[in-house]
Amino acid sequence: MIEINKLNKSYLIGKNSLHVLKGIDVSIKKGELVAIMGSSGSGKSTLLNIIGMLDNYDSGSYHLDNVPIKDLDETKAAKYRNQFLGFIFQSFNLINYKTALENIALPLYYQGISRDERQKIAFEYLEKVGLSAWSEHLPSELSGGQKQRIAIARALASQPKVLLADEPTGALDSTTSEEVMSLIKKINKEGKTILVVTHEHEIANMCNRIITLKDGVIVTDIQTS
Amino acid sequence: MLFKKDSWKEIFDTIKKNKLRTFLSGFTVAIGILIFIILFGLGNGLENSFKTFFTDDKVNTIRLYPSSTTIPYRGYESQRRIKFTNSDLVDFKEQFNSRIEDIVVRNTFYFQMKYKEKANNYTIRAVSPAHQEAELTIIMEGRYLNEGDIGNTKRHVVIGRLVAEDLFQDEDPIGKYIFGSGHSWKVVGVFQDEGGDREERNLYVPYTTMQKIQKNNDEISQMIVIYDKNMSYDESLILENDLETYIKEKKFISPDDNKGVYISNTGEEQENSRQFASVLSIIISFIGIGTLVAGIIGISNIMVFVVKERTKEIGIRKAIGATPNSIIAMVLQESIFITMISGYLGLVVALIILNGIGDNLMEKYFISNPYIQTSNAVWATIILIFFGALAGYLPARKASKIKPIIALRDK
Repeated sequence: MIEINKLNKSYLIGKNSLHVLKGIDVSIKKGELVAIMGSSGSGKSTLLNIIGMLDNYDSGSYHLDNVPIKDLDETKAAKYRNQFLGFIFQSFNLINYKTALENIALPLYYQGISRDERQKIAFEYLEKVGLSAWSEHLPSELSGGQKQRIAIARALASQPKVLLADEPTGALDSTTSEEVMSLIKKINKEGKTILVVTHEHEIANMCNRIITLKDGVIVTDIQTS
Repeated sequence: MLFKKDSWKEIFDTIKKNKLRTFLSGFTVAIGILIFIILFGLGNGLENSFKTFFTDDKVNTIRLYPSSTTIPYRGYESQRRIKFTNSDLVDFKEQFNSRIEDIVVRNTFYFQMKYKEKANNYTIRAVSPAHQEAELTIIMEGRYLNEGDIGNTKRHVVIGRLVAEDLFQDEDPIGKYIFGSGHSWKVVGVFQDEGGDREERNLYVPYTTMQKIQKNNDEISQMIVIYDKNMSYDESLILENDLETYIKEKKFISPDDNKGVYISNTGEEQENSRQFASVLSIIISFIGIGTLVAGIIGISNIMVFVVKERTKEIGIRKAIGATPNSIIAMVLQESIFITMISGYLGLVVALIILNGIGDNLMEKYFISNPYIQTSNAVWATIILIFFGALAGYLPARKASKIKPIIALRDK
């Protein structure tokens, strides 16, 4: 599903160039649940952003479902993101003036699906994350765990090939974190490819495979089950 | 592809759920338009009143008033009172026959006029018939004084609209007799005058009749020369000069004497008032443009703020598949929609207010019938909407180019 070869990425900070990713090689198959670990500055978030087409890379190659992803213009990147990827963020990133249901329906709006159809699909995913009773609530009326479940439902609604989660439990307490992780595992069992960036071992241990980054290189790549 | 109808629904949703933002930008535009139209309208109203003030009298006239000399001349002492008489009138007419249409006589008196129980003090103007033309008097009823009244020294009187109201109320004044200065006067006409209330409290009688009553004298205290209206301003100045020279010579007034005879050319006043009117209209345009610019700055600020506030939302939308164009379209459609609706509201409210003002401010502020040309109002609205859209477009385009990762970074 994801093929990455000799991926390099540097940031220019003033006059100095900071080499963040130093030749990453990684291959992720369909249906995997992969944790990407590493301390801050290890390059794990940068890797996720590149996989998520939120950021460009300098050299190497990246194929997503056999489609080469390189130097996309914004319009094309937006289309690919909408088609291939679902995002889950640490800070949820729900639109605060839209209800739970409307937030979930938003990716479908950008796919050009009709309003009635959007509502129907969004409601299905709302049920899937167990929040059908909260459909008309605004994000401000929901708890952190509920917000993250809405965000997961939103990420799933567009039926992406890959789900990318950046510290999905970073803003949650441990009980809620487990709930969210078990939801992610459940979705993975249904066949979705999922990448989780985390720095918590407990979270990483719930995944099938743990890739650890340090100073821009992969130091370990372990199958846990 | 986005369905057109669907994107509008999305925008209505956003507008409904962001009331403060909608209100702020809408209010700015509405107020901008409102103030622009009202100021511009009031300015036009001021110009209106100004024009009526100066169209009171006929413009191609030169007024002559005799007064006292200040310099001894040809054996005459100074402080000699100059008089015009009926024979002077004949001489002046003869002398300047080719350049003037007529010379009007106006002797002014002030005394009580009485009808039945009602009495009041009025300005009585003893005039010749051409005075109607010089003063632009409009006859409402009956007739003006004619040559017959002058020749036969008839005790006929033409009364102002307000005099008729004072003395006759609902009664028809024509043919009735009023009493004043020890005589009875037959009302032959009622007039109105664009000069307003003051003018409409005057009465006109034949100057010959008044001269006869005043111990048969032949004095004339003021003459109004009506000159050819095709005469240019410069030509009228030459005529004025020639008149002065001729009169001074005839009446033995020193050419260096500033007094003796006072001459005033309404053409000159007209020239001055024309200049004043053009300055006034420049000031009005300046106020209008200034208000509009302030409005544009206001709406630009709000749009920049709105897009800034939405940066994170834009980042989220991009992360889940919004193209840069759809982001720009969203911001633009929203801002144009709001500015159009509120611009239209401001326009309608302002026009209602302007119509409501009407002549209510005439007494105190000399603003009559304020108005704005529809095209000016519509253009102002379009300009404000355009700049509102532009002010939304520039930051929206910038925001649409921000990488979602950066937009999402501020947590």
